[in-house]
Amino acid sequence: MSYITIFIAAIFVNNIVLSQFLGICPFLGVSKKISTAFGMGCAVMFVMTLATIVTHLIYHQVLVPFNLVYMQTIVFILVIAGLVQMVEIILKKTSPILYQALGIFLPLITTNCAVLGVAILSIQKEYGLLSAVCYSLANAIGFTLAIVLFAGMRERLERAGVPEALRGAPIALICAGLLSMAFIGFSGVGM
Amino acid sequence: MKNNSLENLTRGILRENPTFVMMLGMCPTLGVTTSALNGLGMGLATLLVLMISNMLISGVKNYIPDVVRIPCYIVIIASCVTVIEMLMAAYLPELYAALGIFIPLIVVNCIILGRAEAFAAHNNIWQSLLDAIGMGLGFTLSLTILGLVRELLGSYAAFGYPLAGEEATPLLLFIMPPGAFLALAGLMLIFNKLRGQKS
Repeated sequence: MSYITIFIAAIFVNNIVLSQFLGICPFLGVSKKISTAFGMGCAVMFVMTLATIVTHLIYHQVLVPFNLVYMQTIVFILVIAGLVQMVEIILKKTSPILYQALGIFLPLITTNCAVLGVAILSIQKEYGLLSAVCYSLANAIGFTLAIVLFAGMRERLERAGVPEALRGAPIALICAGLLSMAFIGFSGVGM
Repeated sequence: MKNNSLENLTRGILRENPTFVMMLGMCPTLGVTTSALNGLGMGLATLLVLMISNMLISGVKNYIPDVVRIPCYIVIIASCVTVIEMLMAAYLPELYAALGIFIPLIVVNCIILGRAEAFAAHNNIWQSLLDAIGMGLGFTLSLTILGLVRELLGSYAAFGYPLAGEEATPLLLFIMPPGAFLALAGLMLIFNKLRGQKS
């Protein structure tokens, strides 16, 4: 499969948030403003790509040769948690500006199921290292796209007169449903 | 003390319902509820993991240094999930296939880590078990209801039994991804309305 197909499929056709339901917590939680949503998206992009590379290497170089495939879940979540912590420490030392921009989002990412989900999915799909990188990057872009679009809708909603019973979660979910419906339009692409 | 136990048991079912009130664990809630049975299966798997992990964490809480408690909790939870995953693959292969990626993802379900941190880390094993049962049942209940609503609208069936003839055309949208958001929005609306009237 060509890398472009992987990209298009992961960003639009099988969008990670809107059609695979991974990473819903930050999608609903950190989407009140476009700027914070974009920051979250960038942090996820950074960690997701790194995590997929590291877990891919560990899986094929350590777990498979030693017959430890059943330890996958435990090893992956530990790697991701450690990685997030390390990225946070390194960023703090080397790039304070980037750290200020992404800092508050980094601890949240450990429990972002999109990161673990993409790491497991790219193993399940039996991608090579380069395809796995492509796949994770594309999924992260898809996540950013979805959360920024959703934040845009919610910023407009602030000024709308929403009926009382719908305020808060229900109206946000309806918006997410509409956004998801729009993305279904892409499902014909690439057939 | 007895009232306290009852309170710990029932808290998760309605008043602090993890799905409708606290909005935790939304990924499996939306992802697997295309039918009532899938919702029930996912809910029970989470309930089991939550019971085991809450008891274990409550049991070892005094031996874990405070600064590394979160990684320790995650390892405990991940081990429980791996055990459940293997048991499901062996005894319930159909359900295992239907739930797919969401079984290993129970590890990052915020309900489990949330209860470990908020409850099991400060209470004894018995109370933690009660809390886990309550929260797990609340989660199972919401997932089953959401799955049932989507199944009723999206394939005119309930728990796998068809309710309409072959020629009926159900609202397919509700078993597609947008339907998950819309059905949950509708249920939350009803839940909020009922709760608003009570208070």
